Amino acid sequence: MKPDVAIVGAGPAGMAAAIRATAAGAQVVILDDSPGAGGQIWRGMEQTQNGRQAREWFHTFAALRSSVLNNCRVISASRAPLKLLAETPAHRVEISPRALILATGARELFLPFPGWTLPGVMGAGGLQAMAKSGLPIAGKRIVVAGSGPLLLAVGAYLKSHGAKVKLIAEQASRMAIARFAVHLITQPAKLAQAAGLQLGLRGVPYLQGCWVEEAFGDRRLQSVRIRRGVKTWTVDCDYAAIAYGLYPNAELALLLGCRMSGSCVAVDELQRASIENVYCAGESTGIGGVDLSLVEGEIAGYAATGETGRAHALFARRKRAQTFAEALNSAFALRPELRNLPRGDTFVCRCEDVTFKHLQQATSFRAAKLHTRCGMGPCQARVCGPATEFLFRWKSESVRPPLFPARLETLIEHKTEEQETLS
Amino acid sequence: MPEQIEIRIDGKPLAVAAGTSVAAAIFLAGESCFRTSVTGEPRAALCGMGICFECRVTIDGVPHCRSCQILAQPGMEISTSR
Repeated sequence: MKPDVAIVGAGPAGMAAAIRATAAGAQVVILDDSPGAGGQIWRGMEQTQNGRQAREWFHTFAALRSSVLNNCRVISASRAPLKLLAETPAHRVEISPRALILATGARELFLPFPGWTLPGVMGAGGLQAMAKSGLPIAGKRIVVAGSGPLLLAVGAYLKSHGAKVKLIAEQASRMAIARFAVHLITQPAKLAQAAGLQLGLRGVPYLQGCWVEEAFGDRRLQSVRIRRGVKTWTVDCDYAAIAYGLYPNAELALLLGCRMSGSCVAVDELQRASIENVYCAGESTGIGGVDLSLVEGEIAGYAATGETGRAHALFARRKRAQTFAEALNSAFALRPELRNLPRGDTFVCRCEDVTFKHLQQATSFRAAKLHTRCGMGPCQARVCGPATEFLFRWKSESVRPPLFPARLETLIEHKTEEQETLS
Repeated sequence: MPEQIEIRIDGKPLAVAAGTSVAAAIFLAGESCFRTSVTGEPRAALCGMGICFECRVTIDGVPHCRSCQILAQPGMEISTSR
């Protein structure tokens, strides 16, 4: 396929980019790892379409005549010429676009603690995603914990679907949350959203300066121990939904050689990454929520099709969303005590079962990889990389193809072509 | 009532609503161990969005399928690696 624009990721940023690029007359191909569009925040909403904002975007997106490849993951990529190698459950896909928009979103940040590998301990958005995909949660006792406004949204969602949400434990201090609440007043739409969540969560304790320090159970989760200051107590539960905020999915950008800004893909005002004809929009450029993702996607869609005037017209909207994101990220900064959660025998790398004790002897992520196999399993450090970045301040930026475990046929054909180009 | 789909998990038949992910179906079957880790621990879905690979199972003979990203289809044969 040789489209004008290829977009990786069909969450809000990717959908918005596709809509604007198509409006500019471009032929667009969208690749997404999930069975349907919407990304994580709008997962499963293609059918239900709850919420007016999502409904409108889905409606416009569905009317596009661009090709959407679902259940399609990018395995490898090259920059000159721009080329993506991807696979669907049945096919190997090669795409040589004129421009590439990365809208790969974010994943949840998981921090290791004793018992976190027990079945029943999941991410916060993770449990919500599972519930949206048919996991029955009515009547289940659930502890929601970690950090960020997502905990409130998840708690409200679970409760509205009949779960007994025992409590929401937020690691940030009451003071930090109060400062953030003041900021909400300047954003009427956000304030209304927050008030709605509060109403939906009536009767659920929202404890700040509070976290889960251990999970217990015999082959599956039975209870968690909560800490708040010097006080600890145990809560029985069927599921624990725990995540410490979001972390950008930047693997594809790193493979292409895009310049980074911390853990995020660095972009200019037109959402251009440091590589020619590569754009990036949404959470992978910095965690900022759905409004920022949408406007960044729109800007990238216009910019990638030469409509810079229309892109410029959206800068003010992006600025407002960015200001909100900054307040949010500083309010929910992670407290250093969380670095002491793992014990010596706590697994940090869940693919290779590498313990905290073994990692403490390493001096860098690379050294840890070489000596312990940390980060060398199927998830390719997507879980332990961000965790060790927080625990040990390591960076794990070396990304190599395949980005995901791939079928042999996909790789073999790729190899042959590489050899052909070489000869 | 959404359309029901018949699948098999570790040989046992199960009916799930159309649109149910394989991971959700495995929990529905009362199973909480999707795979056994390299040191022998039971593991189940963690991220729910195709990142962590903890929910991988064998589907119709194909190993290492991320069950959270795959929707149940009629006649699917799923095996966990308990």
